[in-house]
Amino acid sequence: MWRVGTVIALHDETATARTITLEIPDWPGHVAGQHVDVRLTASDGYSAVRSYSIASAPNAERRVEITVERLPDGEVSPYLTQELAVSDRLELRGPIGGWFVWRPEQTEPIQLVAGGSGIVPLMAMIRSRAATGSTATFRLLYSVREPGAVLYRDELQALSDQDSSVNITYAYTRSAPRDWPRPPGRINAALIEQTTWPSNLSPTSYVCGPTSFVESASRLLTAIGNNPDKIRTERFGPTGERQ
Amino acid sequence: MGIISRGFSGRRSAADVKLPPGQYLTTDFPVLSAGPTPHVSLDRWEFVIDDGTNVLRRWDWKSFRDLPTEAFTVDLHCVTRWSKLGTSWEGVSLDTMLANVKTDASYALVRSYGDYTTNLPLKDLMNKQAWIAFRFDNKDLAPEHGGPARLLVPHLYLWKSAKWVRGMTLMHHDKPGFWESLGYHIYGDPWREQRYSGDE
Repeated sequence: MWRVGTVIALHDETATARTITLEIPDWPGHVAGQHVDVRLTASDGYSAVRSYSIASAPNAERRVEITVERLPDGEVSPYLTQELAVSDRLELRGPIGGWFVWRPEQTEPIQLVAGGSGIVPLMAMIRSRAATGSTATFRLLYSVREPGAVLYRDELQALSDQDSSVNITYAYTRSAPRDWPRPPGRINAALIEQTTWPSNLSPTSYVCGPTSFVESASRLLTAIGNNPDKIRTERFGPTGERQ
Repeated sequence: MGIISRGFSGRRSAADVKLPPGQYLTTDFPVLSAGPTPHVSLDRWEFVIDDGTNVLRRWDWKSFRDLPTEAFTVDLHCVTRWSKLGTSWEGVSLDTMLANVKTDASYALVRSYGDYTTNLPLKDLMNKQAWIAFRFDNKDLAPEHGGPARLLVPHLYLWKSAKWVRGMTLMHHDKPGFWESLGYHIYGDPWREQRYSGDE
């Protein structure tokens, strides 16, 4: 069943990523980590559908935010990030997915590992934790190209400042701020060991990013003793446009 | 037709190819899995067909690789909407593996290393429609794509083609597998666009 949402706000997160806030009158509610299918239709009936992770926490206002990274060769993401305007209507299906989700009833330590725009569904989990007053302890390891590509920087900062139970580590892969303690580079065994929960605390881990990132991060988490059953992954390929 | 997206023209594929509804063409091979990639050594690999109580057939890697193989070229359709055409594989037909199995079961629950499961009608695994594949593009199948061996049932959405297979249980009644319990369609025919549990 396709639902109709109205764009009520647009916000540029970075030079290439835009957050779209939709109001969907018949939205049934969602769980942090789920995604929606978005359908665009041309005037001759041609349509294209892509999946996007929901960035917003579940809320009573029937609002859903998605953050879309513009892919240079994309068919849908350039439209969503450049053409779409406030008060336009969009067709959506969802929420979809019941595996890569965090529920407020979960009390165990949570390890989030994001690669690039893989932060989006993890942000929904962090927001859901804050919105519900959960006391679950969260750690986020966020691997990102450069400081200018960080999504939700100020909000993440504010959330971790207010609450010592949310701990954030940035790992820059191409260029780091001056005086940054770690030289730019991909995440490695030492970083995983130093910044993620010890495996004897039995954290549940959520890893989201491009395929190669997810493969390597989940292998490193397993190597320090995390049970593969406690590691949930979401991957998007270069053509997936899946956030 | 849905709501017209003002200013959207889309990018249609120039090739005259017929794709299932809602799919688009890709030339790379995206990976989607629910958890870390299991790395299964060939020494401990096995494939077991059981009926829930008794083991009906069992192969280790060597006896599996002694079975006659087939090379086949098929189109893949993922529920996340990409389709990849003309992929080349080598594997053992499930007709071969089920040949001496006496059963009146109607369904199978396929099991993987890493505890993934998926359910299919048994008839969809027979009559030249399904294989246990171990080579892709003339190379041993990479772990992230399901190596050492995966099921391939190309006429259904790709989540039915379980990676890292280790066996299957034959059943009289259908029982949802992993994604089928999490909101995805019980059967998953791409040509009828059976993506989610509410779809016809």
